[in-house]
Amino acid sequence: MTQALVNVENLGRAFDVSKPWLNRVLEREERKFLIAVDDVSFEINKGETFALVGESGSGKSTIAKLIVGLIPPTAGKISFDGTELRLDSGSQMRQMRSRFQMIFQDPFASLNPRWRVGDIIAEPMRAFGLAKDSASAAKRVDELLETVGLTAADAAKYPHEFSGGQRQRVAIARALSAKPEFIVCDEPTSALDVSVQAQILNLMRDLQDEFGLTYLFISHDLSVVRHMATRIGVLYLGRLVEIAEAKALFTHPQHPYTRMLLDAVPDLEMTGRDHKPIEGEIPNPIDPPSGCAFHPRCAFANDRCRAETPVLKPVETGEAACFAVEEGRI
Amino acid sequence: MSHVTGEGAGAGTAGRPQDEAPSSLLARALDSDIWYSFKRSKVTIVAAAVTALYFASALFAPWIAPHNPSDLASLSLLDSLNPPAWIEGGTTTFVLGTDDQGRDVLSAILYGSRISLAVGFVSVLLAAFLGITLGLVSGYVGGRTDSIIMRIADVQLTFPAILIALLIDGSVRGVLGGINREESAFYVLVASIGLSFWVQYARTVRSSTLVEKNKEYVQAARLIGLHPAIIMARHVLPNVMGPVLVVATINLALAIITEATLSFLGVGIPPTQPSLGTLIRIGNDFLFSGEWWITIFPGIALAILVLAVNLLGDWLRDALNPKLR
Amino acid sequence: MTEALLEVHDLVVEFPTRKGTLTAVDGISFAVHRGEVLGIVGESGAGKSMTGSAIIGLIEPPGHIAGGTVHLAGERIDNLSLDAMRRVRGKKIGVVFQDPLTSLNPLYTIAEQLVETIRTHLPLSERAARDRAIGLLDEVGIPAAARRIDDYPHQFSGGMRQRVVIALALAAEPELVIADEPTTALDVSVQAQIIDVLKRLCAEHGAAVMLITHDMGVIAETADRVAVMYAGRIAEIGPVRDVVKDAKHPYTDGLMGSIPTLTHAEDRLTQIPGSMPRLTAIPPGCAFNPRCPKVFERCRTERPNPQPVSDRQVACWLYDGEAHP
Repeated sequence: MTQALVNVENLGRAFDVSKPWLNRVLEREERKFLIAVDDVSFEINKGETFALVGESGSGKSTIAKLIVGLIPPTAGKISFDGTELRLDSGSQMRQMRSRFQMIFQDPFASLNPRWRVGDIIAEPMRAFGLAKDSASAAKRVDELLETVGLTAADAAKYPHEFSGGQRQRVAIARALSAKPEFIVCDEPTSALDVSVQAQILNLMRDLQDEFGLTYLFISHDLSVVRHMATRIGVLYLGRLVEIAEAKALFTHPQHPYTRMLLDAVPDLEMTGRDHKPIEGEIPNPIDPPSGCAFHPRCAFANDRCRAETPVLKPVETGEAACFAVEEGRI
Repeated sequence: MSHVTGEGAGAGTAGRPQDEAPSSLLARALDSDIWYSFKRSKVTIVAAAVTALYFASALFAPWIAPHNPSDLASLSLLDSLNPPAWIEGGTTTFVLGTDDQGRDVLSAILYGSRISLAVGFVSVLLAAFLGITLGLVSGYVGGRTDSIIMRIADVQLTFPAILIALLIDGSVRGVLGGINREESAFYVLVASIGLSFWVQYARTVRSSTLVEKNKEYVQAARLIGLHPAIIMARHVLPNVMGPVLVVATINLALAIITEATLSFLGVGIPPTQPSLGTLIRIGNDFLFSGEWWITIFPGIALAILVLAVNLLGDWLRDALNPKLR
Repeated sequence: MTEALLEVHDLVVEFPTRKGTLTAVDGISFAVHRGEVLGIVGESGAGKSMTGSAIIGLIEPPGHIAGGTVHLAGERIDNLSLDAMRRVRGKKIGVVFQDPLTSLNPLYTIAEQLVETIRTHLPLSERAARDRAIGLLDEVGIPAAARRIDDYPHQFSGGMRQRVVIALALAAEPELVIADEPTTALDVSVQAQIIDVLKRLCAEHGAAVMLITHDMGVIAETADRVAVMYAGRIAEIGPVRDVVKDAKHPYTDGLMGSIPTLTHAEDRLTQIPGSMPRLTAIPPGCAFNPRCPKVFERCRTERPNPQPVSDRQVACWLYDGEAHP
């Protein structure tokens, strides 16, 4: 058993979506909270790629931000290499920050348009004091650019001179700049074309092998996740409904939601197949259904599902949060 | 349906089939969309030329003005109230005529624009500095800080800027109590105009900051634990300056007018170092006795300057706003 | 195969810019037959959306059709007046865009919008049009259609809105439905529902479909034939199953290999080196030649035109002479 690098326990995050105070008083309304992430626990082992999949409103991007400390959690805790992350402890947080990084979804927004690419890449190493002088920083930037498949000459250019895929390479070089162990990838290819996506996914795997990186890979695209992940967690409305080894999730999906998703993904290999009709849409996360949030769309739902909220229980392939699976009804 | 832009999109590594971007700053500037839209707008070219002319003549007034209006020794009452050269009784020595002290109106205008532009420029800088700082902090920090700053701005907006300027001017004078009135006039004026115009900058910068701070490049900077002040100054600020430039240009015209108004009302620049507004006030007394040139020429000069700067600001706003192109 | 409903011949769409003319669609020809679903697939900048816009006469100026013809049921439609084109759109061609919010007016109820569309194109009374509208909503799978028809667009979820848009597109019994990225803005689980509805309804109403998307998976599951576009040209067009399983054009081949699939996980995806050229810098000869693994001399100088290769058309010199009798 390898030691877990990242440990997430009972993580929760609520956003206050109430109307302004005056409106609340006048309209006699209560405060309203959107529970974006609810009681989520998982661990990520060293060197693996743990993927979180989910549709809109599943809370996957919120989890990404919580883990890298961009927003504080409202419940639970996150530990990195055995140490709990505490946003209020400046010096400890500072030390931890150099050990993880993030790759963002939109390469057009993640690079400061007024900065040269070389400065963008050098910023993290400067912030953590990893470059002795500007000459050694420049040398390291050149190396990084070549590592991600660009050339040293690109350091003098501005982001707008690059295409989407090249910008994402710059973003990856920036993420590697401070020599992190763990990188959170928030939909890193969803803004890219497929042929470019293939380039970036291949690059990310190469880098993982070369530097022994651990990834948290967040995506809505099951086929991309299938390609990248070691283990996969499936999110629905802020809760984990299933965690499984990547291969097993696709061959033996447990939770009805996972089954439905797998059936819904359009796939090259399945021309002309007949879809099972899928029921309903994702409910409003401000006002989620009672019990198991998936019950209104679930063919196996019974009274228990409508009243009680299931928690993750061990199954053959990993863990699943479903009464129907638990009771052997599926 | 915006798939056709210059950006062919897609991506990759080797063999990027795109032309190398021009390297030098000048070449880049000449290649830019702004320069292109400038070249296509005749009105803007004229406005820019007129503005440049004003700046040049203000800067070089001591060398190009035919007379020095503040040199008392060169003034002669014998030359007073001369009409412009093309009217009977006028001389070519005083092309636009003279005032009651015998000062050459043309020279007075050249020196006056110098003061007007200086007051306008410095007060715009002051207002911009205040407004940008407060707007950045307000937008980036948010919460209570944002509420306080923006409520102050709202309250200030309920008064006309000129009233605020008068108020500040009055209180400062009250405090200074007439010490060095003439020397301090310039600074008092700059402070009162600067303090009354910061709101617009603050609002513009705040709304741009609200957009920028949610962009991922700011999150990337927060991720490595940079201090908010550094993120504001180095990441957000350069990206919110475009709209500020527009506000600043349009406000330059406003500031010049406000200066003229204050001077016209007699609380601005004293007659010993007259600005355009002061000149108009002085000449106003003679308007009905037939010596119209003393007030009309400075008035025209002021109108042309403000119009030119305004046109420039309008163009800049359109050129920087891709939606209007 | 039945007669061609839509015939596009040598269509060219150009965008004049200050740096020269961009050719967004460069001489493409294809046909859509009655009752079939033709997929148009390509990466961003390939010209697929522009092709759709050209057919329905909705290219944003200064872009324009610079050559070629478009025939719908034997009638030429690329040179119609704006008014005549508006009648064709809606009556004969239904349109479904990516973002349902842009196709629905937020100020009117669904009933008002559907009834207006129906009555513009069909001679029905208010009452009959409303009944027909309810029938359509029922068909696209909106629960309690008779009650929900009086709701406003914002009261529907994203998937439901796209269903309403499909109802709107089918309201006047068009012969052709052009769907431009109809599911891109939706979640996977909803996407499958919308594709189902679109496919089923068009079959029931006897409308042919031109499905434009970047998602090869959607095409593979929906279309009968597919046209693969690259840099404004069609690289390959043929039956979808054959194109997916046995791509002839090197670009199509690379594209299929770069798509991760659910069924088996390769260690590495096939990657096409480089990126799609910008429209300003399309290489001479075959547009794909700088990235092509099978490039030879002729590809760099001569542009290949689509020619029959077994059951499809491929624009590649590799197959030159193969299919000539």
